[in-house]
Amino acid sequence: MSELNSALEHPTYNYKVVRQFTVMTVVWGIVGMLIGVWIAAQLAWPALNFDLPWISFGRLRPLHTNAVIFAFGGSALFATSYYVVQRTCQVRLISDKLAAFTFWGWQAVIVLAIITLPLGMTSTKEYAELEWPIDILIGLVWITYAFVFFGTIGQRKTSHIYVANWFYGGFILTVAVLHIINSMAVPVDLTKSYSAYAGTVDAMVQWWYGHNAVGFFLTAGFLGMMYYFVPKQAERPIYSYRLSIVHFWALIAVYIWAGPHHLHYTALPDWAQSLGMVMSIILLAPSWGGMINGMMTLSGAWHKLRTDPILRFLVVSLSFYGMSTFEGPMMAIKTVNSLSHYTDWTIGHVHSGALGWVAMISIGSVYHLIPILYGKERMHSVDLINVHFWMATIGTVLYIASMWVNGIMQGLMWRAYNQDGTLTYTFIESMVASHPGYLVRLAGGAIFFGGMLVMAYNLYMTSRRDVTATEAAPAATGTA
Amino acid sequence: MDINDLRGLSTLFLMLSFIGLCIWAYSGKQRESFNQAAQLPFADDEMNKRSMREEVSND
Repeated sequence: MSELNSALEHPTYNYKVVRQFTVMTVVWGIVGMLIGVWIAAQLAWPALNFDLPWISFGRLRPLHTNAVIFAFGGSALFATSYYVVQRTCQVRLISDKLAAFTFWGWQAVIVLAIITLPLGMTSTKEYAELEWPIDILIGLVWITYAFVFFGTIGQRKTSHIYVANWFYGGFILTVAVLHIINSMAVPVDLTKSYSAYAGTVDAMVQWWYGHNAVGFFLTAGFLGMMYYFVPKQAERPIYSYRLSIVHFWALIAVYIWAGPHHLHYTALPDWAQSLGMVMSIILLAPSWGGMINGMMTLSGAWHKLRTDPILRFLVVSLSFYGMSTFEGPMMAIKTVNSLSHYTDWTIGHVHSGALGWVAMISIGSVYHLIPILYGKERMHSVDLINVHFWMATIGTVLYIASMWVNGIMQGLMWRAYNQDGTLTYTFIESMVASHPGYLVRLAGGAIFFGGMLVMAYNLYMTSRRDVTATEAAPAATGTA
Repeated sequence: MDINDLRGLSTLFLMLSFIGLCIWAYSGKQRESFNQAAQLPFADDEMNKRSMREEVSND
């Protein structure tokens, strides 16, 4: 009884589930990026398929995207949202058991993806390839997640709901709607189903889902991270709270309309394509509003960037966010899209967002979290965080620069005509010309992947009881 | 009056709500409560420290 009283008088946060998701963020980051490096090598040297169907590009590519988006990014979002909602509501998660169910359920989804995708079981919907039984499990985990998150907000001890929770909440609700509607299917047997939608409608539902997976899973959720960890690491409140409110409503109101830009010059009605294009261009405003809000939080504290590599991760991620949210609206313009679509430029754009923004802000937040979750003053080695920062930055720049060159070159070669109307180049000629770019991309990806190994070592050393921090760098403490 | 009028009106309604939100957010009245809200990430050190101690002792 006395223990119970003590828990009531001195409540604590549930850091166990946060730590579990944080560790798995690093683990799945390594797995997902290793598969990415491997399939990048396959594009440079196709013989690496070894003529085995299970490790052919077509089966490993969806495994790569699922692993980095949902396993790595998803674990980072679970970890940080559970952490931020507790700390800014000043209350423990509403249920430890349900939170544990979301952890084990989500890991089960990932393991099932690793088994089924190489076996060729797929619904073929991009970023939603998993077959219907796994989709149902995802739905159950997600509804539980929503209950734990919003239930915790409902029990908050603060009067205000901090803006980071608005972004996390928007992300959780919208992803539930997107997942359930897009995954509607008619099962044939346990491992095969057909989409409930047909033809152009199926394509539109798919890219309504697909682009909002970018907008809500990969943007709104990570902006929640930004609104907590940037102020926390910079030790000053967000630049403008009222801008953050306008940012939230503008972002969620506009993003939902941008999907048709994935279907330019297809059977989708022309007006829908134009609508998608216009909405994508308008989207620049809320995107940059949010980026500026994060950046300006550092005004008067820029000197901290010199000594704190965690803050460097967070701020550089915002720079990449600004860059890719400028590039995106530009590529959504139909005339630009006619050059860029189906080329490597798209892959470069995705990775400028995925490596530069999503991965870097997650890595910065995880470095902030790890010492707290292991009861330490700071990470084992601040120097190694700095090494990781430079590997991540150089890797990202090599990746996106090579894909820009490849993409524009491919687009120009494919549209080149001779005077008699025949094509100037064969497709294979554009493939041969792309080879050097594929090598540079492989190098960039491998460097980024190497940085994750440095992070894993640093995490392991920080978690050890018998090892204390090696350097004294007060600016980089994570316990503030 | 058909369904398209309703669609047009809903767009107008959304636009007016958004303008209203901007005016609300930028009116001076909210400044005090927003300043308090912006401090929330820094307001729970004690509970965090207690939770960190619990993590170390539980392992």
